[in-house]
Amino acid sequence: MQSAEGKVIRYGDNIDTDVIIPARYLATSEPSELAKHCMEDIDRSFASRVSKGDIIVAGKNFGCGSSREHAPIAIKASGISCVIARTFARIFYRNSINIGLPIMECDEAYDKISDGDTVSVDFERGIIKDETTGEEFRGQAFPEFMQKIIDSEGLINYINRG
Amino acid sequence: MGMTMTQKILAAHAHQDSVQTGQLIEADLDLVLGNDITAPVAIKEMDKFSNKGVFDKDKIALVPDHFVPAKDIKSAENCKCVREFARKNKITNYFEVGQMGIEHALLPEKGLVSPGDLIIGADSHTCTYGALGAFSTGVGSTDMAAGMATGKAWFKVPSAIKFNLTGKLGKWVSGKDVILHIIGMTGVDGALYQSMEFTGEGVAELGMDDRFTISNMAIEAGAKNGIFPVDEKTIEYEKAHGADQGVITSADPDAEYTKVYNIDLSEIRPTVAFPHLPENARTFEDIPEIKIDQVVIGSCTNGRMSDLRTAAAILKGRHIAEGMRCIVIPATEAIYLKAMEEGLLKIFIEAGAVVSTPTCGPCLGGYMGILAAGERCVSTTNRNFVGRMGDVTSEIYLASPATAAASAIEGKIADPTGY
Ligand code: SF4
Repeated sequence: MQSAEGKVIRYGDNIDTDVIIPARYLATSEPSELAKHCMEDIDRSFASRVSKGDIIVAGKNFGCGSSREHAPIAIKASGISCVIARTFARIFYRNSINIGLPIMECDEAYDKISDGDTVSVDFERGIIKDETTGEEFRGQAFPEFMQKIIDSEGLINYINRG
Repeated sequence: MGMTMTQKILAAHAHQDSVQTGQLIEADLDLVLGNDITAPVAIKEMDKFSNKGVFDKDKIALVPDHFVPAKDIKSAENCKCVREFARKNKITNYFEVGQMGIEHALLPEKGLVSPGDLIIGADSHTCTYGALGAFSTGVGSTDMAAGMATGKAWFKVPSAIKFNLTGKLGKWVSGKDVILHIIGMTGVDGALYQSMEFTGEGVAELGMDDRFTISNMAIEAGAKNGIFPVDEKTIEYEKAHGADQGVITSADPDAEYTKVYNIDLSEIRPTVAFPHLPENARTFEDIPEIKIDQVVIGSCTNGRMSDLRTAAAILKGRHIAEGMRCIVIPATEAIYLKAMEEGLLKIFIEAGAVVSTPTCGPCLGGYMGILAAGERCVSTTNRNFVGRMGDVTSEIYLASPATAAASAIEGKIADPTGY
């Protein structure tokens, strides 16, 4: 995926994997089941208001806590096209790349983008544009190696092609 | 420029003379771990590989421990999936109910971790084995699948923060208080993408169980790993558990650190992390009277022998407060058995506690002690996020086994000093 565009759903700092997908739902790994409960412990309305292509914008340390891949899977299955945060917890970062959920780090975007804005992201150039305000921000583009994994739609395909 | 201890282990496994911070490497794995939640996802992914099968049946550990003994039908299905995979691939280190334990207590106990090893596990607390001078880190299920298939994983070489320890811990103060104090200083993202390297003469004063507890919670500071140097205590532990000698690694004298913290262990006091982040560390001067409903003593952080001994020493001849529930969970079957032989289980049960078979259980809000709305729990586990142990309005206070035991007796968050 080279670009994304959608409406922003905004959260604060330290959004942990226990609120992204609570452990009581981990007995399944079915993406559509997980999506039904995504974010429910901090935002009961998420599952009902999210629509395909939406973008999450959050503060620092997004995805901290457990290594459950169910967290990025739930977010991806909810239709989220990209997560932009100040910083990501490292396991969540890895998992997102490995399953092909685009993510990007950018301080300014968090500071300036409001909930409900329409935002577009150009992954190759690392450009985030707030279409509502017209402002542009520069995020971190991926190192080539990670971009290859994303382009292969995940680590396993990347290895298979190897 | 010199390398940190972590960088040296990574370089050795990437077959390179040296590596630098930020470099992307591909490294050989000595062990790949998964549990009943993460392994089924990885096993499904394995099917997508063009090359079927595992890279080395002796270098994979599968430990159903989270919802085990199976708490419901779906958990039972997950366990079945892991069990059948283990059988089909003749995995040596599969641990069935009755021989299992919480993975991060079990692997070192079974002698599966040696100094200098490079280990990944599809569980964030895989960082625990840093206590033995190994590089170990948590990954997701896809990384686990790729690791099982190829015996390799990609890493970005981390920078490191140095924690220079001096002095000696006081009575009823333990590794848990040290790491809660540290996370209180660094914050939950203070070591993001970095290694935490513990060093200094104070290390020798820490028992292995304290070191396991400290390395275990490195992830709660955002770290990639938390590593200790190898000393006589490590070697003794490894001998006792039949582990290979491994490769003893130490940081170069001119290794660079992004930050150095000096910590005098004798100044650490019993510490409690308030809801809802492990960084909300407080000592008893700043803790008002807070009534609690439940105490949990267990988990991969504090379910080891010395933790149970400490809790039993405080609970012996006493009874938990009226209306309290106290749940004690030995982390492995071997610990359970030893606690029985030493008479600790009797002490717990006579004090009014319940003793469970090894399981993660309440630590991640699975079962065996879920909290109702508004309930408060003092827990020796490692995370106090919103809803982690039950209802979203419940509260978890993270503490040491000594603080947890004193709190069970008093029915409120209580200072163990004086017991
Ligand atoms: S005891 Fe808790 S933190 Fe440790 S592995 Fe189990 S669920 Fe995870």
